[in-house]
Amino acid sequence: MTQGASLLLPTDWRDFLALTKPRVMSLVIFTGLCGLLAAPQATHPVLGFTAVLCIAMGAGGSAALNQWWEADLDSAMKRTSKRPLPSGRMDKGAARDFGVALSAGSVFLMGVAIGWLAAAILALAIVYYAVVYTIWLKLRTPQNIVIGGGAGAFPPLIGWVAATGEITLMPVLLFAIIFFWTPPHFWALALFVKTDYARVGIPMMPVVAGERSTRLQILGYAALLLLLSMAPWWIGGTGAVYGLSALALGLAFLVLSARVGLRMPVEGDTMKPEKQLFGYSVLYLFALFAALVADRLIMA
Amino acid sequence: MSDNLLPDSEHIARIRRSRNNVLGLLLGAFVVLVFFISIAKMG
Repeated sequence: MTQGASLLLPTDWRDFLALTKPRVMSLVIFTGLCGLLAAPQATHPVLGFTAVLCIAMGAGGSAALNQWWEADLDSAMKRTSKRPLPSGRMDKGAARDFGVALSAGSVFLMGVAIGWLAAAILALAIVYYAVVYTIWLKLRTPQNIVIGGGAGAFPPLIGWVAATGEITLMPVLLFAIIFFWTPPHFWALALFVKTDYARVGIPMMPVVAGERSTRLQILGYAALLLLLSMAPWWIGGTGAVYGLSALALGLAFLVLSARVGLRMPVEGDTMKPEKQLFGYSVLYLFALFAALVADRLIMA
Repeated sequence: MSDNLLPDSEHIARIRRSRNNVLGLLLGAFVVLVFFISIAKMG
């Protein structure tokens, strides 16, 4: 179906749902929930649910704004060309309005139901992703993922603050873990979809600095991540269940990163180590935060 | 209206109906959520 013909149809609700990037949102919801559950103060289940719902709505709203802004870029990239906007199944204005309404609604509900500190951090996370990363950094610097990674690092901090009402060292460390996890995660992806990024002029690290430099940086970030992920245990914020899990998971991350960092692909390479690292990096974050919650439950 | 336009009209109506159903469910869920938030905050 052509784009013109598609736009004659009203937008299906599934396309609005797709606009929120549900797969990415699952990680956001999970880390936000873990931040909430790992906090030393128990939350009323309804308020806990509401906090996580607000985090999900905020993530969905900022994802919609991201796709509204990047509709033209997405249409030129194979990986993103099937999304509702580039494929012509949705009007750009509808996507923008949906994103603004969802974002504003999430901050308002968080403020009224949970607290205005958590709402302020949620608002900051939305602006960080939709404006600082999407509009400002993404097309300007190969450090886009490094600095922009902060946007995805907010959920456990928001979850923790929603439960306790204050910012302490532990949630800041959880923020830092995701911040340092983001570059190796995205650069592993960027290594095997490099041509897509280059075609639309996004200055991803492999395109600008070259593969050798990117691979070594992946290894460097993985080493930093291992140390950082152990920090909650070292400062006494968690028990051995988390500490030993973080050590095992981080060592596996480091080994997979070393396989990527210390090689150069040949012509016709299937990029298997890069794909494995990308897949493992998602599993790593889920497992690390699950260990954090398990540790809290055991300690309690 | 010609016959070949009828399936399109049905398709449009089906999309609208499913959108309305989802929106109705979401609004209902929101009302229920606000009710429970009020109870939780009073407690």
